[in-house]
Amino acid sequence: MSRSKDNYGRRLDFRQGRVDMAHGAGGRAMAQLIDELFVAAFDNEWLRQLNDQACFGVSAGRMVMSTDSHVVSPLFFPGGDIGSLSVHGTVNDVAMSGARPLYLSASFILEEGFALADLKRIVDSMASAAREAGVAVVTGDTKVVERGKGDGVFITTTGVGVVPEGVDISGDRARPGDKVLLSGPIGDHGVAIMSFRENLSFETSIRSDSAALHGLVAAMVERVPAIHCLRDPTRGGLATTLNEFARQSGVGIRIVEQAIPVRPEVSAACEFLGLDPLYVANEGKLVAICTGKDAPALLEAMRAHPLGRDAAIIGEVIKDPDRFVQMQTSLGGSRMVDWLTGEQLPRIC
Amino acid sequence: MKYVDEFRDGGLARLIADRIAREARADRRYNLMEFCGGHTHAISRYGVADLLPAGVNMIHGPGCPVCVLPIGRIDDAIALAREQGVILCTYADTMRVPASNGMSLTRARAQGADIRMIYSAADALRIAQETPAREVVFFAIGFETTTPPTAVVIREADRIGLGNFSVFCNHVVTPAAISAILEPAPQARDGGSVRIDGFIGPAHVSCVIGSRPYEYFAHTYERPIVIAGFEPLDVMQAVLMLVRQLNEGRHEVENEYTRAVTREGNLKAQQLVAEVFELRRSFEWRGLGELPDSALTMRQRFERFDAEQRYGIVYRPVPDNSACECAAILRGAKKPVECKVFGTVCTPENPLGSCMVSSEGACAAWYTYARFRPKAAAPAAV
Repeated sequence: MSRSKDNYGRRLDFRQGRVDMAHGAGGRAMAQLIDELFVAAFDNEWLRQLNDQACFGVSAGRMVMSTDSHVVSPLFFPGGDIGSLSVHGTVNDVAMSGARPLYLSASFILEEGFALADLKRIVDSMASAAREAGVAVVTGDTKVVERGKGDGVFITTTGVGVVPEGVDISGDRARPGDKVLLSGPIGDHGVAIMSFRENLSFETSIRSDSAALHGLVAAMVERVPAIHCLRDPTRGGLATTLNEFARQSGVGIRIVEQAIPVRPEVSAACEFLGLDPLYVANEGKLVAICTGKDAPALLEAMRAHPLGRDAAIIGEVIKDPDRFVQMQTSLGGSRMVDWLTGEQLPRIC
Repeated sequence: MKYVDEFRDGGLARLIADRIAREARADRRYNLMEFCGGHTHAISRYGVADLLPAGVNMIHGPGCPVCVLPIGRIDDAIALAREQGVILCTYADTMRVPASNGMSLTRARAQGADIRMIYSAADALRIAQETPAREVVFFAIGFETTTPPTAVVIREADRIGLGNFSVFCNHVVTPAAISAILEPAPQARDGGSVRIDGFIGPAHVSCVIGSRPYEYFAHTYERPIVIAGFEPLDVMQAVLMLVRQLNEGRHEVENEYTRAVTREGNLKAQQLVAEVFELRRSFEWRGLGELPDSALTMRQRFERFDAEQRYGIVYRPVPDNSACECAAILRGAKKPVECKVFGTVCTPENPLGSCMVSSEGACAAWYTYARFRPKAAAPAAV
């Protein structure tokens, strides 16, 4: 680990230094970046071997694998940064099968000129998010693109995990009569990000909800192993996840607007931006579907976990050959909650 | 959320719904047009129609700025970006409006045109200041609500002598459109005649122009008009007020939106608009055809900021797709589901007509929020 000093002479300058093309060229500069930054931060037995791959033993049973690319702008936002997000995103995708996430790979596309200080901050944040989530970053890759051909840094992470015996969670398992549960208030991540976009900047106390959900999932699966569906409503928000479930399972879903938790600050921001919180991204929430009989126990298990404190039953699965998601509005009427069209754009008046 | 939730309260909604049901006569229909897309959006998003009795029929009006924008004007804007190489700035909703040959601003941008989505007219001015070597054109659209901010930036550009900034002005005025609906010109009458018993008047537009301009219509055409806010309870209260007026044979301008609208409106904004703009002799509206005195253009003193003059834009009207019923739908003569291409060829992802673009458009609102309802429950044409 501490070979770097001898091999590379001067250490990387994490205060003033910048990424240059040599950091992705496969030579000594790249080796130094890997040593002094990535191996130092992620430190584990697999990475220390400095092989092009990680070799690890697996237990018998079903494994899951998932991958996620992260291109968020701005790179640092209230409640997180692209580093922690890239860990949470993939950990959550793996966990939504009911699995315990074990290993991650991390692939970086860096833009020439990117400040090494920012890169270090991002990598340290990734490392601490991975440690908190109990997963090891066991292999990785670094490429550098010319200035103007990237947006600072893009990070792709891939994760693997193992599904406990007797758990079979899949988006196509929702059945009429099932209940739909949500782990907490929606829209925090999307609003936190938007508040920092340069052409929108507004002041809000909202922080991203970015969090690793595998602990919550483990508690849920332990209490109700027969959960039918689990998914984290990220891009496209709650509305998109519900439409995905409806399409995969060939059912309709009816939700109740008043049952859906939304923070007042998020409501207010959505109000003046002309957005619907149902379509705004989350990074630390999940939607679960289980039988009506299991629902009270599952809700209790969720509420007993810090990341599910505000969990609620928000609706039910119904028979509908059209696979529509509909909502009883707070006003007492009903409407569809359709797939998102294009980007969610603000209305002009 | 304070000052908003109060206007979406389910208990109050039931109370007003009961009153409407009690007072609406069983032996007649109440064909009410909400002029504004903002009202259309509120009705659809909150499911207001579920709370109204069968005899009360809401007809979606033409008050959606992108819906009434004719194809030819979008073509002109695209040409500015592609052929003149300007930075074209516009509001988000305009980006997806279908133009000729399957084009739109979104697609033109994907092909390399420099088209930027902005949130405020002031952003366009800022971009012009920051990029002095490029020409920046603000593609301005909208009713009286969005006109004052455009006037502000034109005046500011004049004050600081900003040479690389101009405005492609497509601002339209509300009273002309109401006239057109009440007294449709012969060429715009395809799709049958329309009998509208009363209007829900604009919310934000009325904040600017006041309630006075509607008095002429109420008096001349003997139709009640109730100005209402954009919250669902505003809409329901306005329906109740219209039902009462119609039952009593009255046709007055009433103001439900007293928390924001006065009879005189925002005089400062009116003065600003009058200083910068004057009426165009005629302007083409999608669905309503050429309407006299229905849009604005810059006064002579500000004409150096007029993109139409700077780039010699000559307007060429382009007919709508022949299968598209936007024209009849915009005037309330047809329902969205009566259009052959609704939901098949024409969807929010690939809009054929402009009513399918904005969530304020009648077709997009029906497609997005009400598709699960049986067709019979569609807002009926008259």
